[in-house]
Amino acid sequence: MTWFQKSEVVIAGILVLAMVIIGLVNPAFWSLDNMFSLLRSNVIIGIMALGVLLVMISGGIDVSFPAFAVAAMYLTVKGMIYFNYDGVLLPFVAAATMGALFGCLNAFFVYKFRMIPLIVTLGTGSMVRGFLLGVVGTSMININKMPDALIEFGKSDIVNMVKADGSTYGLTAMILVYVGLAIALHLVLRHTMIGRGVYALGGDPEAASRVGFNIRKITFFIYCVAGALAGFAGLLHSGMIWLANPRDFVGLELDVIAAVVLGGASIFGGRGSVLGTMLGVFMLVMVKNSLIIMKIDTTWQRVVVGVIIVIATAITAWRDRRANA
Amino acid sequence: MGAFILFLKLGPLFHVDGLVMSENFIELRNVRKEFAGVVALNDLSLTIRKGEIHCLAGENGSGKSTLIKVMSGVYQPDGGEISIDGNKVEHLSPMASIEHGVQVIYQDFSLFGNLTVAENLAMNVQLREQRHILNWRRMREIAKEAVSRLGVELDLDTDVEKLSTAGKQLVAIARALMSDARLIIMDEPTTALTGKEIETLFRIVRDIQSRGIAILFVSHKMREMLEISDHITVIRNGEKVADGPTRDFDEALITRHMTGLDIISEPYVWDQAQYGSQPARVETQNLSFGSDLDNINLSVRPGEIVGVSGLLGSGRTELALALFGMMPGYSGSIAISGQETKLATPQDAIHAGIAYVPEDRLSEGLFLTQGIDRNILSTSYEKLAPGLLIDQKKAEDWVDTMIRDMQIATPTGKKLVKELSGGNQQRVVIARWLLTNAKFLILNGPTVGVDVGSKAEIHRIIRELAQKEGLAVLMISDDVPELVHNCNRIVLMHRGAFVEEMASAETSEDQISDKLKNLT
Amino acid sequence: MKRQMDFRSLLNRDNNIVQLIAMTILIFVVMTALSPDKFLRYYNFESITYIFPELGLLSIAMMIAMLTGGIDLSVIGIANLSGIFAGVMFKKFATDAGVADTGFGIVLLGAVIALGTGLVAGALNGLLITRLKITPILATLGTGQIFTGLAIVMTGGPAIVGFPNAWAFIGNGKILGLATPFVLFIVLACLIAFILRRTTFGINLMLIGTNPKAALFAGLKREKMVLMSYMLTGVMASIAGIILSGRTNAAKSDYGTSYLLQAVLIAVLGGTNPAGGRGTVLGVSIAVTALMLLSSGFQILRFSNHLIDFIWGVFLLLVIAINAYKNRTR
Repeated sequence: MTWFQKSEVVIAGILVLAMVIIGLVNPAFWSLDNMFSLLRSNVIIGIMALGVLLVMISGGIDVSFPAFAVAAMYLTVKGMIYFNYDGVLLPFVAAATMGALFGCLNAFFVYKFRMIPLIVTLGTGSMVRGFLLGVVGTSMININKMPDALIEFGKSDIVNMVKADGSTYGLTAMILVYVGLAIALHLVLRHTMIGRGVYALGGDPEAASRVGFNIRKITFFIYCVAGALAGFAGLLHSGMIWLANPRDFVGLELDVIAAVVLGGASIFGGRGSVLGTMLGVFMLVMVKNSLIIMKIDTTWQRVVVGVIIVIATAITAWRDRRANA
Repeated sequence: MGAFILFLKLGPLFHVDGLVMSENFIELRNVRKEFAGVVALNDLSLTIRKGEIHCLAGENGSGKSTLIKVMSGVYQPDGGEISIDGNKVEHLSPMASIEHGVQVIYQDFSLFGNLTVAENLAMNVQLREQRHILNWRRMREIAKEAVSRLGVELDLDTDVEKLSTAGKQLVAIARALMSDARLIIMDEPTTALTGKEIETLFRIVRDIQSRGIAILFVSHKMREMLEISDHITVIRNGEKVADGPTRDFDEALITRHMTGLDIISEPYVWDQAQYGSQPARVETQNLSFGSDLDNINLSVRPGEIVGVSGLLGSGRTELALALFGMMPGYSGSIAISGQETKLATPQDAIHAGIAYVPEDRLSEGLFLTQGIDRNILSTSYEKLAPGLLIDQKKAEDWVDTMIRDMQIATPTGKKLVKELSGGNQQRVVIARWLLTNAKFLILNGPTVGVDVGSKAEIHRIIRELAQKEGLAVLMISDDVPELVHNCNRIVLMHRGAFVEEMASAETSEDQISDKLKNLT
Repeated sequence: MKRQMDFRSLLNRDNNIVQLIAMTILIFVVMTALSPDKFLRYYNFESITYIFPELGLLSIAMMIAMLTGGIDLSVIGIANLSGIFAGVMFKKFATDAGVADTGFGIVLLGAVIALGTGLVAGALNGLLITRLKITPILATLGTGQIFTGLAIVMTGGPAIVGFPNAWAFIGNGKILGLATPFVLFIVLACLIAFILRRTTFGINLMLIGTNPKAALFAGLKREKMVLMSYMLTGVMASIAGIILSGRTNAAKSDYGTSYLLQAVLIAVLGGTNPAGGRGTVLGVSIAVTALMLLSSGFQILRFSNHLIDFIWGVFLLLVIAINAYKNRTR
């Protein structure tokens, strides 16, 4: 495969093209301020997309992660308030662990009962969200009650700039967290046996078990890591917006799946990369955020996302068909 | 000498703590396996010696695959015992089986199409070493070594899904050898290969044997078994029915053991007097399609059975697809009973009285989880529902007629097709086309994966249809004897073109096999 | 022995229905025991007959998409968009007397527009799936966004309130003492059941779902049939949308979003194979009845709506487990 046939390169090319066009419509797009806020918007969706990527490479699909994310976030924040705990590390570990436990539930049903992941995750997602809202509560935790440490953490910037009018803006340090997680996942997928096992499972589950991969272990790994990433992202989100809303993330699964598909992952499994997914996430976030810059009414946002999904999947389908021909 | 024989006979008695090296690699004694009360293996014993090529013969459904799975640790037997190197193995897990050196090459090869050749080759080794971190450089070295051991050339960086069938098989074999295999089980390895490829495979198999590795060759092609193996075991209905050195067997004997019947075949003769004056059912003129079909001029008259053979990728399947309307955009012309007809969709072809029985019955021919009735009627629903509703009465009549005419062994048309044997399944596929009043039947590998008994029966049915009903048949097959015995004419295809045509009466199996081998 | 196996598989197929009926009775008994005075009231059952047809029709729509191994995640979007298009049209034609008294002819036109929306939306799904070969999950995920997005664009966000009286009759009225939606559901369910069992189209869907490749080689018009199945799904969804907007006298882009999961759940619970080739209207109808009884029982017991979501999720997982267990013994 030559370099220009790699899907990452194609996606990057389209991305650059889109950026040029948006920049032409409104040069404000290229302002540092806008760039920083774009990158900031990548963080949460990006981390969740990493989890969905993992599931998709294995040939599954996950629509439960928004529910897991919101449950882990809300329960952790509630716990922090209850215990009056003001640290950062432990809560994130707790949120990720909670997500991982929810993920185990997915893995259990997918592995044990060989059920289509879409159906399983629809069920677990509804269950977890229903439990959260029905039992734990529906009230928001706003900035007054939010643990300070979490807010402080969410506020940290890498660089700070001062605008002409005196207001400041910066690039959130959370982007480092995102990139760190992405690199970690890349290394796992590329350089560990379990990572290759995920690809093998997505390529041919029967063959994967025949050559001696431990399918159960891999399945649990996939869904637990995806859950953990969702839980982690959930808590990070509340730290970044200074709010813990148990009704958050509704419908986010569509955006994230769209981003992963945009990034070149195959819904049939076996194909997908971290870099591609990051590019896909950037593309989706950029288009959504740039509607305002391009002076398009925000009510059109969902239509645009829908059209992007359809076009991206149509191109992917066309590419796959050509590859098979 | 006498002492030696005694040693051989007493061999098993000496395997105390593995002190004495057994000359048997694996021994299955009185193995039994049931599935939900259905006996799949009954009291079956099998011994494979080190470095021998052993053939396991049996019809489809005779228990061959269950036996393979017992040896590879996928299934745990319900009774009996397994010894490897003379030591009894208590619980043979898939991993344990691999550790003992048992490698299975399944029909689908169990490769990962989305990964490169190198990774496919190195995966087992890395898994066995229980590595957690992957070393890509070492992986390439492993892969290179694997390929060089086999003495073939393979591009290590290609994705496996881009390889040909034979290429994939080479990867699978190379991979098996990498795992320090001591027994390689090959499940129907020649099914998808052409004559020349089979020869290459046999050369490799003998080469492997010369390194002291045993091979279990699972097959139902007699000629191949006799050519390659040292020892043959025949099973039927989960029981061993014959077992001995290959020199004690011939084709007829194996057939008799596999089926429990004697089968005699007589060549097919076209009734020229009756059908000679009628126009050709199908006649193509300069039929071409890209590089797949090159100026094909084919003519099949009523009552004729024309055989087509050629290597895989010679264009024989494409010819069938073009005639079935699945390659729109062909150039040249196709005439049906003297009338030029454009075949742009399968519906056009069916309308013109053309029927196609595809190569892979299970994935292309049947609706496995549906009843026999729906499978048979699948081509006829539009005829059954001239208005909006399906005529239930007529539908039932048609199904009953077909079950009777085709002698499909079933108490009712509601029975699910997946519960039928391979031979009965193929009859279902053929039956569906008889209902459309097909005048031209294309059979692509009509008896692939069909046991010997049913095979003869299917041949009889096809010949009868041709002889009595004047059905024109195009039979595409790798199985040269099948063509010689059932066709009145045979054409050889190569690189999309007809290269030779001969009358079956004036040729022999060996002649055709030789010609096929010499095609390059 | 073969005969016996045959008998067993036959029993197994009907078992599914028997099992569903048993489950329904069980739910009924438990709910009656927990709250006999409230659950057993006529009013309770009457209100169920008003509410469940929407969900029932959406579930049948979902089942139709699943028959060919697909899924339609855009049904809610189609339902809402249909209601909204009709509502917008009524507002345009409203006389001085207000929307409520809109003439019968206009209402009929509204119904045609709503059904047409479903047909076109379904055709779009079908074309994306058959022509552009997009996987049904992704195609309908995308179009679902588009339909919901268009609904937002049409309404600007808030609900369209106020539908003609004749329209409201579809959602609230009575025919021969029975709820109109219920009558509509029964008629449509019978019609779909009939189509699936007795027409070429219906049986072709089963065959295509069982093995698409074999369908191609048997000369079935695969693309046309799949396209038609999504169009039928779209129309069913739009009828659900008509009933929903008629019952609530309003249409909004995010009504009934929880129905999506429920429709999938009911289809699977009702014995539909999500991989294609198997599914009956009867099974889906019993499943929707069972879950409606459950849901209404919980409402009487004053469970929060969210908790009902929780229980639906648990139910779906339980069904998966039970089905897996059943298949294993076979």
